[in-house]
Amino acid sequence: MKPPRFEYSAPASVEEALPLLGLDRTVLAGGQSLLPLLNLRLAQPELIVDINGIAELDYIRADDGPLRIGAMTRQVTLERSELVRRRWPLLHKAVRLVGHHQIRSRGTVGGSVVHADPAAELPVALTALGARFHLRSPGGARALDASELFLGPLYTAREPDELLVEIEVPEEPDGAGSGFAEHARTHGDFATAGAAAVVAPGGHARIVLLGAHPAPARAEAAERALADGAEPRVAAALAAQGVEDEHRRALCAELARRAIEEAMT
Amino acid sequence: MRISVEINGRAYEGDVEPRELLSDFIRHGAGLTGTKVGCEQGVCGACTVQLDGEAVRSCLMLAVQANGRALRTVEGLSLDGALHPLQRAFHEAHALQCGFCTPGFLMSMDAFIREHPDADSDELREALAGNLCRCTGYLGIVEAVEHAANEMREGNAQRD
Repeated sequence: MKPPRFEYSAPASVEEALPLLGLDRTVLAGGQSLLPLLNLRLAQPELIVDINGIAELDYIRADDGPLRIGAMTRQVTLERSELVRRRWPLLHKAVRLVGHHQIRSRGTVGGSVVHADPAAELPVALTALGARFHLRSPGGARALDASELFLGPLYTAREPDELLVEIEVPEEPDGAGSGFAEHARTHGDFATAGAAAVVAPGGHARIVLLGAHPAPARAEAAERALADGAEPRVAAALAAQGVEDEHRRALCAELARRAIEEAMT
Repeated sequence: MRISVEINGRAYEGDVEPRELLSDFIRHGAGLTGTKVGCEQGVCGACTVQLDGEAVRSCLMLAVQANGRALRTVEGLSLDGALHPLQRAFHEAHALQCGFCTPGFLMSMDAFIREHPDADSDELREALAGNLCRCTGYLGIVEAVEHAANEMREGNAQRD
């Protein structure tokens, strides 16, 4: 099918974009989820605010310690970044599993975050890494962490007049290792389940499941167990406890075990 | 809205509604019907073209977003009438039957192999996952792509 009629605006800066946002208005970033929704007429916005022309939102840098990713950064740019591969390898592992290469060439990091699909890889990895999400609105700016931003399937705390501008990822602790594992019925399809893990000496453990809950959330009991010396298999089983649906629960336990073991090697 | 898009080195101008998909502009506005439209949901890969050298789904872009950009479609793949190594390999390995999916495969894999000239067999298969074919069972396509990747690598080696 074809998209319904809408008005279209392509601001060149964040300042120009902010007054255009609001109810019944949709931000177009990479479009790899929004365009299917438009083509199927599941989304029918009055105005589309296309932020692809906002060059100031396209960057990856780590000058002052944390990794800072502009919201319009393409997934392929994240995938190709040597800085990310070297210092935030979990993000590199996760982004390689997003859709197909023809999707990552257009899809953006910010778009994936704001779309908040429970089967999306980047929100899961960013939650495990303790990312902060910077939002701007005509009235000001605020930063949320993952537990504040991700509220449910395709549902975030972003207000209609807010624009996600930057994702800030703290430096990983010394000696940290990370792992990401997922299961999809066909390669590149939406994953049925998955897991991300970050483990560092001194009791640092982060475990987040993909596709298991309405929104990505840390499996804190499993993290504590792992920090206290539990076997990966035991911690993984704890992480998967409470996942509805037996098949998905079994997948989560196995994928969490793989992610944890990858993080510990 | 008035747009001007370079396709295969030639400028195409047109008046489009904001909601017009790039895939429809390529086929109807520019008259280049080599690019096929399958699912219009970004799944099948038939509409894949290259935007400034990157493989993209043209059904997941608005035509207005291509204003001022350079596209390459399957019509721009052969050089001076000689088939591209991928086209030749598809022909020789019987990597198509109805051919509807073929332009998408060619534009995807040309971009992928140029970026990953040393891709091994597993990586090529992974890259192929973004295009669906309902006829061949893929074996011919895998064979063709492996053959063409070797040829493109050797071609690069000769030029270096």
